[in-house]
Amino acid sequence: MNRNPLTVSVNGAEHVLSVPGDRRLLDLLRDELGLMGVREGCGVGACGTCTVLLDGVPVNACLTLAVTTRGRSVTTIEGLARDGELHPVQQAFLEERGFQCGFCTPGMILTAVGLLRENPSPTVEEVTDYLGGNLCRCAGYPDMIRAVLRGAERCREAGGRPSATPEGPEAARLRAMGKGEEG
Amino acid sequence: MADGRKQEFAVVGKSVPRVDGPPKVTGTPIYTVDMERPGMLHAAILRSTVPHGRIRRVDKSRAEQAEGVVLVVTGEDLKTMPGIDPYFGPAFRDQAILAIDKVRYIGDPIAAVVATRRELAYEALDLIDVEYEELPPVLDPVEAARPGSPLVHEQLRPAKAFADLAEIEPGKATNVCYHFKLRRGDVEQGFAQSAHVFEDWYYSPPAQHMMMEPHAALAWVDSDGVLTVITGSQSPSYVKGSLGAIFGLPQNKVRVMVPLVGGAYGGKLYDKLEPLASLLTFMARRPVKIQLTREEVFITITKHGVVSHVRTGVSQDGKILARKVEVYWDTGAYADIAPRVVHKSGYTSAGAYRVPNIWIDSYCVYTNKPPAGAFRGFGVPQVVWALESQMDMIAEKLGRDPLQFRLENVLLEGDLFATGTPVHSAGLKESLEAVAREIKWEPGVRKAVKPGTKSGVARAKGVACGIKAVITPSISGAIVVMNNDASVNVLTSTVEMGQGSDTALSQIAAEELGVRLQDVRVMHPDTAVTPYDTITAGSRSTYHMGNAIRLAAQEVKRQLFETASDRLEVDPDQLVARDGRIFVAEAPTRGLPIPEVFQARFGARGATLQGQAVFKTYAAPMDHETGQSEKVTEYWFPGATAAEVEVDLETGKVRVVKLVEACDVGRAINPHHCEQQIIGSALISLGQTLFEQMILENGELLNPTLLDYKVLTLKDVPESAVPIVIEVPHKDGPFGAKGVGETGTLSVSAAIGNAVYRATGVRVKELPITPEKVLRGLRAGQ
Ligand code: FES
Ligand code: FES
Repeated sequence: MNRNPLTVSVNGAEHVLSVPGDRRLLDLLRDELGLMGVREGCGVGACGTCTVLLDGVPVNACLTLAVTTRGRSVTTIEGLARDGELHPVQQAFLEERGFQCGFCTPGMILTAVGLLRENPSPTVEEVTDYLGGNLCRCAGYPDMIRAVLRGAERCREAGGRPSATPEGPEAARLRAMGKGEEG
Repeated sequence: MADGRKQEFAVVGKSVPRVDGPPKVTGTPIYTVDMERPGMLHAAILRSTVPHGRIRRVDKSRAEQAEGVVLVVTGEDLKTMPGIDPYFGPAFRDQAILAIDKVRYIGDPIAAVVATRRELAYEALDLIDVEYEELPPVLDPVEAARPGSPLVHEQLRPAKAFADLAEIEPGKATNVCYHFKLRRGDVEQGFAQSAHVFEDWYYSPPAQHMMMEPHAALAWVDSDGVLTVITGSQSPSYVKGSLGAIFGLPQNKVRVMVPLVGGAYGGKLYDKLEPLASLLTFMARRPVKIQLTREEVFITITKHGVVSHVRTGVSQDGKILARKVEVYWDTGAYADIAPRVVHKSGYTSAGAYRVPNIWIDSYCVYTNKPPAGAFRGFGVPQVVWALESQMDMIAEKLGRDPLQFRLENVLLEGDLFATGTPVHSAGLKESLEAVAREIKWEPGVRKAVKPGTKSGVARAKGVACGIKAVITPSISGAIVVMNNDASVNVLTSTVEMGQGSDTALSQIAAEELGVRLQDVRVMHPDTAVTPYDTITAGSRSTYHMGNAIRLAAQEVKRQLFETASDRLEVDPDQLVARDGRIFVAEAPTRGLPIPEVFQARFGARGATLQGQAVFKTYAAPMDHETGQSEKVTEYWFPGATAAEVEVDLETGKVRVVKLVEACDVGRAINPHHCEQQIIGSALISLGQTLFEQMILENGELLNPTLLDYKVLTLKDVPESAVPIVIEVPHKDGPFGAKGVGETGTLSVSAAIGNAVYRATGVRVKELPITPEKVLRGLRAGQ
């Protein structure tokens, strides 16, 4: 099978890889990079369990081809805490117990981070709309709504920390690199 | 929660943070689907494409030549394998590891391919050719129960795997694999005395557990010949026994381990992939992993579709005089645990009320459809849907307020249940009153349609209640190991699948031993070291495992006290354990920290003290003809729901604005956990009330993906969803606790159905309550 060169930043670390054109981002992250917090619930883009941030925007890793992340920046649940300190949204999910079996939790938290990047002070309706594609069969939904609102509060207090992706020079450098390979 | 109680206990009764929180919010837990093993192979399953047929021929030769394929096995191969009894099942051994001679539903496993990569195994399935001789399928449970219907199974072997199912004997030449009967009083006389008799059919469709982590199992044989299986199972002890029976292995040569489970809800009980994974690893001589696709999960196990006929007689002054209930459980191609479902929801089929004359027939019926088994609520929600819908119809006819009508008839402490069993710790009245208060119930007969928040919308409230009994008899064993630094390991086969057992059981151990919560670690099931436990299901773990842990901890404490009493020169019975110390109750300064007690007893670093206990419950034998038993269950868990709905009169769409669910938990070990369980199960039931259903045509599932099977999302959550914890302590529960995992499922559908009726005058008797059904009703009413 044809393999394609791929340079991608995952959780802030640059990886130089070569992947088949049909490799899903989900499998790349789990099987090659060992990031088991990326979870597969349906494989057809209908449950949000596999959500990761691509340049800070939530995407379904089950529907994203790995090659399309060239030169971009991927954040998984493993990359959210910094220097051993939980991300404010993780902290809020912990405090509000926005989880039960935990299987949907990484996707839920990352989607919430994506929301807060776009909208630092969401209403309940904005939360349920944005996270509406993330299924939780334990259905601890009310806890999650509270967790996202509390996470928003904490992010605002922390001076807008929702950012979960390297922005600025590093991202620009990676993007440039990706272009270079294509050319 | 009473204030006095907070002082009484150090850890129990408090909403301490979940011990599994930090790993779960950082994505680090390892579930079965994440497990790997050096040299591991992957398996895929070829499934039947016809609902009922004889297997004429399976040609696997092309698949065997395919890239990466290591081996291909069929049911035919199983027939000639020495030393293997290829059938399994917790009630009847009716299911073969791979179909032998006959297929019984679309999706029945026919062959398995083992390959080096998962994709290659799935690709090779297309290369297997199957020839069937099709047989007429049996698709309707009521038809299937009639004499002369084609048979799904020609013969049945009882499994004798559980004490509560020990006496199940199948009938001959029938699809009815189990018939539950209850007879109390004289039902015909009761009807004759009734002023009004009501008679209705109700339906609850098959549905999916949809646990987010699909079924998976990884099996290998250790160098010393031990068959080892990692599986996301709710019943590791059962699986150990079952694999031993299938492969003829001594029980110490089967080891079943269960890591954290990504949701189960009854869908990961008993044998699922474990027998096949074990077979394949024996054959391939390498570790083999099977993980189902979402489509396969849909047809592996389901919630029973149920048809019920309810006939109720009442006096003019609103007493229920007689009830006759006939229930047909569509259990699909294999019985799984259905006989227990039918038995347990069978004897609650007269409802949560005082009824002197009762007649119940509950039939467990094979059809050529995906198998049905346990689903959160264990059959009771389907029955409560019927009973509690009819309760409102009766109240209206009598001109009574439906809440008041319930309160006057509901079972109270000491009343006799339909089985003749006196009821203890069943806070039905308390639950009903609590939800009524919270929803601001306005007493009265059905009022005229009220305008909702916008025009064309009707708004109303509905109420319902239900009761379920815990599986009895059952057994939980625990070993409590205390280390010399006062830290504790609890060995238990209880499975943490999201319900919070790691935390609640830690709280119970910490409370009993007088140590901090963070000193306790609950170990996950590993049948090589953790003792027998019946199942993690049926809202039984807090009570049963909680009691076992308490007793085992007391044994550890006894040994600590023994040593401390020597040192302190007091009687052991004057000692208490608290804050990591053993001290004299009357003189708290006279005491020893636990590590010093260890030092005195062993003088060795790394020393441990162990306590072990087996907690077992008993039921009084039930009469097979009448279903009467002095003690049918160890405890009851009652719940009540109030719902406020808005119905769009133009589209028929129902929106639940407020959902209130109250459940009697005995005593809340962790109130926040209880709330999570209550609201989680109530919301799942809300989804099943309004949209969930598996749609089958000629035995084929038409909506086997999450794209076409709609489940509840965040967008469907009511503006207000209120869990209420009711505490009517149980005399034998650990600290008074019972269980709560399922209570929130019981009465949600009926409460919503009743609210929809009160808003629109449309009585929907077949779930789910879709806009089409409501609209049809509205049109018919005009
Ligand atoms: S696994 Fe990607 S959306 Fe479900
Ligand atoms: S926590 Fe179990 S699926 Fe969401």
